[in-house]
Amino acid sequence: MSRKVIEVHQLSKAYQIGEFTTGTLSKDLERWWITRVRGKEDPFLKVGETNQRDKRGDSNVVWSLRDINFSIDQGEAVGIIGKNGAGKSTLLKLLSRVTAPTAGNIKVKGRIASLLEVGTGFHPELTGRENIYLNGAILGMRKREISRKLEEIVDFSGVERYIDTPVKRYSSGMYVRLAFAVAAHLESEILIVDEVLAVGDADFQKKCLGKMGEVSKGEGRTILFVSHNMASVKALCSRAILLTDGQISMNRDTSSVIKSYLNDPRSVPLERDFLRDPAIRRGNGEARFAEILVNDGVEFIDPSKTISIQCTIQVQKVIESLFFTLMLRGRESSEPIGASRMIPVSKENLEAGTIVSFTISLPPGLLRTGMYPAYFWIGKPRKIIGEHYPYDVVDSRFYLNCVSDKDEYELGYNPSDPVGFFTIDTKMRNLNIDQYVIK
Amino acid sequence: MNRNERIQDWDLIIEGKTSLFDLKFNDVWQYRDLLALLVKRDFISFYKQTVFGPLWFFIQPLFTMIVYTFVFGNLAGISTDGLPQPLFYLAGITAWSYFADCLTKTSTVFRDNANIFGKVYFPRLIMPLSIVVSNLIRFGVQFLLFLVLLAYYYAIGVELAFSWVLLLSPVLLVLMALFGLGLGLIITALTTKYRDLTFLVTFGVQLMMYGTTVIYPLNAAPENYKPWIAANPMTTIIETFRLAFLGAGNFSWASLGYSSVAIGVIFILGVLIFNKTERSFVDTI
Repeated sequence: MSRKVIEVHQLSKAYQIGEFTTGTLSKDLERWWITRVRGKEDPFLKVGETNQRDKRGDSNVVWSLRDINFSIDQGEAVGIIGKNGAGKSTLLKLLSRVTAPTAGNIKVKGRIASLLEVGTGFHPELTGRENIYLNGAILGMRKREISRKLEEIVDFSGVERYIDTPVKRYSSGMYVRLAFAVAAHLESEILIVDEVLAVGDADFQKKCLGKMGEVSKGEGRTILFVSHNMASVKALCSRAILLTDGQISMNRDTSSVIKSYLNDPRSVPLERDFLRDPAIRRGNGEARFAEILVNDGVEFIDPSKTISIQCTIQVQKVIESLFFTLMLRGRESSEPIGASRMIPVSKENLEAGTIVSFTISLPPGLLRTGMYPAYFWIGKPRKIIGEHYPYDVVDSRFYLNCVSDKDEYELGYNPSDPVGFFTIDTKMRNLNIDQYVIK
Repeated sequence: MNRNERIQDWDLIIEGKTSLFDLKFNDVWQYRDLLALLVKRDFISFYKQTVFGPLWFFIQPLFTMIVYTFVFGNLAGISTDGLPQPLFYLAGITAWSYFADCLTKTSTVFRDNANIFGKVYFPRLIMPLSIVVSNLIRFGVQFLLFLVLLAYYYAIGVELAFSWVLLLSPVLLVLMALFGLGLGLIITALTTKYRDLTFLVTFGVQLMMYGTTVIYPLNAAPENYKPWIAANPMTTIIETFRLAFLGAGNFSWASLGYSSVAIGVIFILGVLIFNKTERSFVDTI
């Protein structure tokens, strides 16, 4: 029987919302004077809020986590998934002791190290080497330990040449590499990782995932991994915990948890508010995207099926034509990896107030798994680049988050490097196999 | 039996409520390397960002001394207990600025480190402790300046006397550090809830300096204010410091004893409040 290293019992965390203090001493004193001494109404209470004692008791408290129970064995890699606000980050914060629980307890065997955000405590003036020591110590390593691992860390980060250069001269990629390298070499029995893989280049991310897999399988260390990237969760974790509104709604093997999560209509957190905010938009505004829906707003897309993107456009001023382009960026690097042709939506005048909607579809099996930031363009085309102006551009606000519950091999891909972004649809002809028998 | 063993098996139990007196000094000791590295960071970053480097450590007290000599010594003509004015002021400034630096820097420790405290756990007390130690380096440099000036006055034949209280100077240093730290910890814990206290700190420290015997000796203080000035633990420290190195100042075991107790109480109170705030300040700041 394997040994339990984390046991969480009836864990709850409540946050007080709204103003529980006015924020300054003078106002608090004023409030105290007015309400208690002079017995008048509280001038700092928001209008419309009821002041009944019984009601305020409930309404001012939000349970970010409520009665969570689970345990983790040594050497397990457990993924924690859930939509935004489900309590994932709170759980990690409690585990890494950044904040204290409201009720319940967590029992831990061994040292916990968290990678809530890599590079915490890096000082720009210090050299790479000095920062390794500082960061390592912040994460709980002893100086001796760091010295012993220094070579390995530098090696892993791949910034050996610049190790004695202040990190303020580093590129952001080097910075992240170095920071992750330190964290990955922590000699902690339990490692908590939160979305760190959202940064760094593709190569390095692969290296990190590999390192984490190695850490959990080879060295018997326990990993708790929080990510929106279902592909990495699936690659790394054998078990997953699905959080919904602060409670555990599922705690099983990764595949079935991801499957049920993807089919859950409640997991639709696409940030469509962006489209309502004209202040941060590009283009001249003669026409605007009013709505973009990828596969009817489902967060995760099955790339083996047709992907459809529904766009609604509102014309603000008379325009003489309307063309549409879709471009996709790469999974990790965000480099453009492909674009549609300019699709004519209308070659005739469109009056202000016209509403245009259409659906674009991508063929099944085109993309491989991963998150692809999408770029939507509408405008009036010209042959000369300078005059080729857009009405509206929505860049990297929507993602094609392609997830599959099958792994690469099952999908018919060669799981070894290099991977690429999409499938080259090839047909084989003139196959000829001559069999020889060699004695 | 078996049950007991299992309970003892856990290394760490994270709970909602812990005792007020669970100060986790064990943890602080575990992280002592971090303390050393933070001190090193402070020193290096200070050294690297400035043109003159550590020279700034000298310039500040030197100019303050010159200004004090001019304003309080020459213009106002305040007594210096028969000591050479520059030496008298520099002694006060050196000791006071260590205390003041410790206090003002620790009083913003939660705000300054909100980012890092919100991401990773280490005993929070390490941060203010590192500030106190970092400032010790600065104090050392300034103290050297004081010794140089002292040597100069000896060389030109001014009669000064060391006193046996010199032996107490390590105690004075510890007291100053604990006092600055304790007050700073109380203030930083309160500022997580009340931001406006921060404004009070710089201003308060300045006012407090005039309530301490930095620019005048205790002997020259008006009789009716004397008990108030003497009630300030920093007064005892600075008076003793002057007596030790310059041979003029008030010292009594009673006042030292009183100051030590007062500082001890403030320090313990500071650590308790800090520790209480530390557990959940991330949620409020």
